Amino acid sequence: MNVKPVNELFNEDLVVINMGLESFAENLKDQGVKVLQMNWKPPAGGNKKIASLLAKLGR
Amino acid sequence: MQKILVKKDSYYDSVFLMLINKEVKQFDGVKDAVVSMGTEVNTGLLKGMGLFNSEIENSSPNDLIIAVEAETEEIADKAIQAAKDLLNKKKTQSQDGDEYRPVSLDKAVEILPDANLIVVSVPGNYAAREVKKALNKNLHVMLFSDNVSLEDEIELKELAEEKGLLMMGPDCGTAIINGKPLCFANVISSGSIGIVAASGTGLQEVSCSIDKFGSGITQGIGTGGRDLKNSRIGGRMMRMGISALKNDPETKVIVVISKPPAEDAAKKVIADLKETGKPCVIHFIGLKPEADSGNLHYARSLEEAAGMAAALAEGKEYKRRVFTIPEDEVENIAARETEKMNSRQKYLRGLYTGGTLADEAMILFESGIGGIYSNNQTKPELVLKDPHVSEGHTIVDLGDDVFTVGRPHPMIDPSTREERIVKETDDPEVAVMLLDIVLGYGSHEDPAGAILKSLSDAKKKAAARGGYLSVITSITGTKGDFQNMEEQKKKLESIGCIVMPSNYQASMLALKIIGRTV
Repeated sequence: MNVKPVNELFNEDLVVINMGLESFAENLKDQGVKVLQMNWKPPAGGNKKIASLLAKLGR
Repeated sequence: MQKILVKKDSYYDSVFLMLINKEVKQFDGVKDAVVSMGTEVNTGLLKGMGLFNSEIENSSPNDLIIAVEAETEEIADKAIQAAKDLLNKKKTQSQDGDEYRPVSLDKAVEILPDANLIVVSVPGNYAAREVKKALNKNLHVMLFSDNVSLEDEIELKELAEEKGLLMMGPDCGTAIINGKPLCFANVISSGSIGIVAASGTGLQEVSCSIDKFGSGITQGIGTGGRDLKNSRIGGRMMRMGISALKNDPETKVIVVISKPPAEDAAKKVIADLKETGKPCVIHFIGLKPEADSGNLHYARSLEEAAGMAAALAEGKEYKRRVFTIPEDEVENIAARETEKMNSRQKYLRGLYTGGTLADEAMILFESGIGGIYSNNQTKPELVLKDPHVSEGHTIVDLGDDVFTVGRPHPMIDPSTREERIVKETDDPEVAVMLLDIVLGYGSHEDPAGAILKSLSDAKKKAAARGGYLSVITSITGTKGDFQNMEEQKKKLESIGCIVMPSNYQASMLALKIIGRTV
C-alpha cells in the first residue's frame, strides 16, 4: 500500500485550503496554520443541468 | 404579514445563515422567519410553510432568501433590515483582512502552491466533484460534508488510495494532523499514540482521555463513519491510516475506533494491525471485546481504549477498572443522588450532542438494564416513535439529522438541547439526566453555561414536586481547549450536577443511580 505522501505530510507544516464553512479556517489561523479561505459558490449558479455538463467536461 | 426578499447571486454558508435565522426569529413580533439559500430543499420547506412567492419559485441555490412572517409590516421590515445588517457585518469582517478569496480550486492552488490539505464543507451534492479535483491536485482531503453517496465515496477513496493520499470522510467531523485540530477537535498534548477513527466524537473522547491520562498523540486520522461499516468501502481509509502510522517512527502505539464494522473489513483491519508489530488497541463500539492476543489489545470503552494506549505507551500494565475515583466514593454519590427522589422517579433521559457518546451510553444501559429507547437504536421495537418525545428510559442523539434540519448541530447551537431539557422537566417520572459537554474547536464557546439555567430550573421543578433530579455529566475536553474546562466543570457543579471524568464513567454512575430507584 502506497502511503508515502501521508508520511511526508506528517513531516511538513500543515498548509490548508478551506472550501466551505469559514469558522474552520478561522480556527486554523488561530493556531498559526497557513490557510486560504475560498469564496466557494455552487457551480453554474446552482443550475444542475449546466453544473453536470461542466462536471462532464472536467471543469 | 409576510415579507420576502430574494437577493440574486449572494452565496453564504448554511451554518452562518442558520445563526442569523435564529437571531431574526427571536425578534419581537416575528412569528416565523427563514434566512437560507434558494436550494430545492429550502424552497420546498418555504412552500410547506406558506412563506412563498414567484421570486422564491424562480430562485437558485446561489440566491439568498430572507422570508419573514410578522405581526405588522413595520416589524417585518425591521426584521429583514436586521438580517441584512448582520449579513453586511459579516461581509465587512470578511473583507477586513484584504485577503483575496479564490472561487476556483485552480486559483487557490496557484495562490497557495505549498498547500498540502484541503478541508471541504460545501453542500454534499457538490462535494464529490470538488474533492476529486483536489485529489487530482495531490491534496490530502478532509471531507466534512455529509450527503455524499456511497458510490462517490468509493470512487474518491479508490482515487486517494491510488495516489497515496488521505481522504478523510465524508461526514468526517474530527481529525488532528501534526498536532493541529481540524473542524471539531480538541487541543491534545503531543505524544506517541496514533489514532485512526471512524467516529468523530469517538476520536474526541479517546484523544481527550489520552490527554487526561497524561499521555499524548502523534496523529488523529478520521475516516468517516461508513469506512468500516460498509463492506464495499472495506475500511480503505482506516487501512491506509494504519499503514501510515506503522511507518511513522514517532508513533509507538496505534488505536483504532469504529462503530461495529462489516466482518470482512474488520478482518482486514485486524490483520493489518497485527502486521504493524506495534502495540495496538482496538475498540469497536458495541461489539464484545475479544481476548488480547500478541500485540492486539481490546478495550471495552472509549476511555479504556485511551487508558490502555497510555499505559502501553509508557510500557506499563493497564489495570481494568470502571471508576477512577474510589469505589466507596462512587457509592456515596449514588446514595446521595437517590435519597431525595420520590417513588415516581425511575427513568433515565440521556440528552446527547455527540452521536458516538450517545451510542456508548445506550450500549452500556442496554447491557445493564435493557429496554432503552433511542433514535440510534438498532432494535426496531425500541426506536423512538417520535424522536422529539422520550419514552421510558431514553437516550437521544440530538445531532441526528431529524434535529438539524434548518438549524445548526447542537454542539454549535445548544438551544436544541436546552429546549429538550425544558421538555423533560415536566415529566415527573424522570430520575436522571445524563449529558455530554463537548469542548474544543468547532463547539459552542460555553456549552455548560448555555444549558445551566434550564438544568437548574429542571432541578427546582423536581424539588417542587417533592423529588430530586440527578444530573450526571462528563466533559469531552482538555485544559488546552479555549472554553476553559475547569470553568465549565465549576459551572455545572455550582447547580449540583455531578461531573464524571469520562462518558463511560458518567454512564456507569447513572446506571448505578437508576438501579437504586427500582
